[in-house]
Amino acid sequence: MTGAVERVSVASAGEPEVEARGLTRTFGGRRAVDGVDLSLAAGDCLALFGPNGAGKTTLLRMLAGLLKPSAGTARIGGVTLPGGEEVRAVVGLISHASMLYGALTARENVEFAARLHGVRDARRAALGMLERMRVLDRADTPVRSLSRGLQQRVSIARAMVHSPRVVLLDEPFSGLDAAGAAALTNALVELRTHGATLVLVTHNLGEGLEMASHAAVMQAGRFVRFERCDELDAAAYAATYRELVTRGS
Amino acid sequence: MVPSTLGAALLIARKDLAIEFRTRTAFFSAAVFALLAIVIFFFAWDPTAVAGMDLAPGVLWVIFTFAGLLGLNRSFSLELADRAIDGLLGAPVRREAIYLGKALANVVFVGAVEAISIPAVALFYNTPFGGRWLAIAGVALLATIGLVAVGTLFSAMAVNTRLSELLLPMLSLPFFVPIVMPAAQATARLLSGRPVVEAANWLKILLAFDLVFVAACMMAFPFTVEE
Repeated sequence: MTGAVERVSVASAGEPEVEARGLTRTFGGRRAVDGVDLSLAAGDCLALFGPNGAGKTTLLRMLAGLLKPSAGTARIGGVTLPGGEEVRAVVGLISHASMLYGALTARENVEFAARLHGVRDARRAALGMLERMRVLDRADTPVRSLSRGLQQRVSIARAMVHSPRVVLLDEPFSGLDAAGAAALTNALVELRTHGATLVLVTHNLGEGLEMASHAAVMQAGRFVRFERCDELDAAAYAATYRELVTRGS
Repeated sequence: MVPSTLGAALLIARKDLAIEFRTRTAFFSAAVFALLAIVIFFFAWDPTAVAGMDLAPGVLWVIFTFAGLLGLNRSFSLELADRAIDGLLGAPVRREAIYLGKALANVVFVGAVEAISIPAVALFYNTPFGGRWLAIAGVALLATIGLVAVGTLFSAMAVNTRLSELLLPMLSLPFFVPIVMPAAQATARLLSGRPVVEAANWLKILLAFDLVFVAACMMAFPFTVEE
């Protein structure tokens, strides 16, 4: 069982693009997310660490508008979630599941998402995104015939084909080889330079800290640590994180 | 620009039909079920006791109902694999568009099963559809819209449950009764060569239920996909 954990607020300077106040989600009697406060400005990247079952995925699903909070509020671009089409138009979600249709080809999957998001010249955008994820040569292959890693690349292309302003990533590097990971990193860096806000859930501290402007640790549904990445020592952070997770589990 | 509700519905329907066209699993299951059921009814039928003309409407609508359920069950289950439903729900389209898209694809699916079943029934029961085929196709279309409207909603509700294949018929069949009854009555009158106007009252009832079910189910759908 997890012991009592101190709660901290995550807030960065600037007008918040992603904001949560007392965000809570319960399943039955269990609080998966427990009073999370969060504020991220445009261009911020939050690396979110935490042990299994800490509530990271539930938090991302609430920020994506796929889960209703039991209490508290979340806002994307100033609009309170779950919001409507205007919020969903600016969010991209990469989750554990690929969200792809196995019987459709890679191009058809990405093009379908592009059309639903109203992307102009959806086919060209889909092919462009597949090229960026270095999977263009398999564009006409049914997704069910692709390896797990290639499916992950297509899934990332699907989530980013509409150039989202807020990208929520749940273990996006899992299953990717070095080339896929590099392609994803490049795409995310480019999105950030255009002002996109990223929330990156990962168990790999090095991967997360390399890309993030802020780092937070979630435990038992709460944020228990929050730092700016330029202020922290990666080695010391890793040691503290391991201690936190060990103590909490 | 984000597609309109109808535009998004057409995109979703086209996607569903493309998947079904590639896999053909549900269509083959439903078509084979329909043909087998027609054959079994044929062998169980005693032509000296009941005329083919009297039996055919009942056989048709029993088959349409159960073959349709096979397709309706697949409607949302294909979204559960790899959580594709999250991609749909995360898209900037109204929830009603998702319902409408699924329902449109289901109408085409059930319509295709009907297109195979009607000639088979005509053949086995020696029923003269000839001059009335257009009117019968109209009855079938109206009834299909009603069945699909209800079935698509319940498919969305049942898909996340452990017993979805059992739950869907249990939820849907009571609501199918007000659709199947006027459809069978109108079909019987048309098949027996009575004037079309005699079937008109049943068609009005069918149309009324279609309107009520489509409107109510479309309004209810967003609540079934909220978590």
